Amino acid sequence: MRALGVILAIALSLALQTTLARFLVRGNVAVDFVLVAVVYVALTSGPVTGMFSGAFAGLIQDALSSGIIGIGGLAKTVVGFLAGVIGTQFIVTHSLPRFVVFFGATVVHAALFMGLYILLDLRHFDAPYAAVAGQALGNAVVGIIAFQVVELLPGAVERRRAARGRLRR
Amino acid sequence: MAIADIRTRTGYLFLGVVLGHILLISAQVNSRTGVPVLESVTFGVFSEVQRIVFGATSNVRSVWTGYVGLRQVKAENDSLKRQLSEAQVALQAQRALADRARGLERLLELRDRTDLQTSAAQIIGAAATPEFRTVTVDKGTSAGLKVDMAVIAPAGVVGRVVVAGLHAAKVQLLIDRNAAAGAIIERSRAQGVVIGGGDGRLLLEYMSEGFDVATGDEVVTSGIDGIYPKGFVIGKVDVVERSGTAYKRVVVRPAVNFAALEEVLVVMSSTPARGTAAGGPGSHE
Repeated sequence: MRALGVILAIALSLALQTTLARFLVRGNVAVDFVLVAVVYVALTSGPVTGMFSGAFAGLIQDALSSGIIGIGGLAKTVVGFLAGVIGTQFIVTHSLPRFVVFFGATVVHAALFMGLYILLDLRHFDAPYAAVAGQALGNAVVGIIAFQVVELLPGAVERRRAARGRLRR
Repeated sequence: MAIADIRTRTGYLFLGVVLGHILLISAQVNSRTGVPVLESVTFGVFSEVQRIVFGATSNVRSVWTGYVGLRQVKAENDSLKRQLSEAQVALQAQRALADRARGLERLLELRDRTDLQTSAAQIIGAAATPEFRTVTVDKGTSAGLKVDMAVIAPAGVVGRVVVAGLHAAKVQLLIDRNAAAGAIIERSRAQGVVIGGGDGRLLLEYMSEGFDVATGDEVVTSGIDGIYPKGFVIGKVDVVERSGTAYKRVVVRPAVNFAALEEVLVVMSSTPARGTAAGGPGSHE
């Protein structure tokens, strides 16, 4: 059941990435919905699920991109694992710690992704600091919103039921 | 105490997955071929999903804007936009023709005709990762598309086809870090190579020292790469940084607004330009 949920979350994030993401690019601020989904899954489900969801999502992204298959997978595997470890070792229930985790995860992901491409002499990245910071900011904001929405949804259903009950009385 | 002890079942699992990825990467880097079958199959499947999602969303959007909104004005607007796009493309083709008519050298290039055959295609999806700047269009090999065909828009050059599926194709945008095109400054005729910056800008490299480049100069395709037809607008010079007599950095602002692209034209056939360079700058690694 959890695996199905993870697959659905990643499929949804991929659909969002390929349909919405290009309209959200403003200057250096870009969003990687798939990375946000991986970190979310890792924080809520632990390092093993985070690692496998990262590997799964990263490999699909690699296959859909024109790059080397495995580089994105490896970067997201490490990020999913680390975010899962942080989620189990620390209390990450408030917006600020979540912001830090999403921001840090994006920076680690970018360092691994770009580092591997540079190491293998496959792509050049000229001073990508602003782009990475912009993407980290975008991912952190989307990640916090995702947590808020998911946490508010069950409450919203209960509140609606309670309001209906009051109206009947 | 370490936060995560690697000598646990989870740790070994993590090492195994990382090792698997390293082996996968190594296999591709050694052969420099990638995994084309996997890429082709996943792209084929996912492009169909994108087509369905795009179809569903565009139907909802067309119902909303067509019936709830201003139906006639929208239809008229669409028609005018189409006419304007065609006029702009015709203008660019005329520009390319006029360019060739100048001077004896260009008389020899009369063979490089610009009567381009194009096929309109709609963008149905973007790249799966922000690090790559590609889009998916709704036409593939069934419509005659092939790898390395140039893709243009009324405003200028968009990119080239890098993967052609049966009903969809992946287009590498000119702003992708791995994209490049032979370029020429329209005013001074200085030649160079435009390379994608990955951040929405373009960099003009391999410029000769003796030529004049200034902010605001229009940059057009030179055609030497054998992919992009000659004379099509790439963008305008935004920043020129010099180090002595040499050009340190020339930044070009693309003419095309890549974030707002909805429809493009794929150049189906054009007579190759002179001196087609082997391993031309259509892509660089």
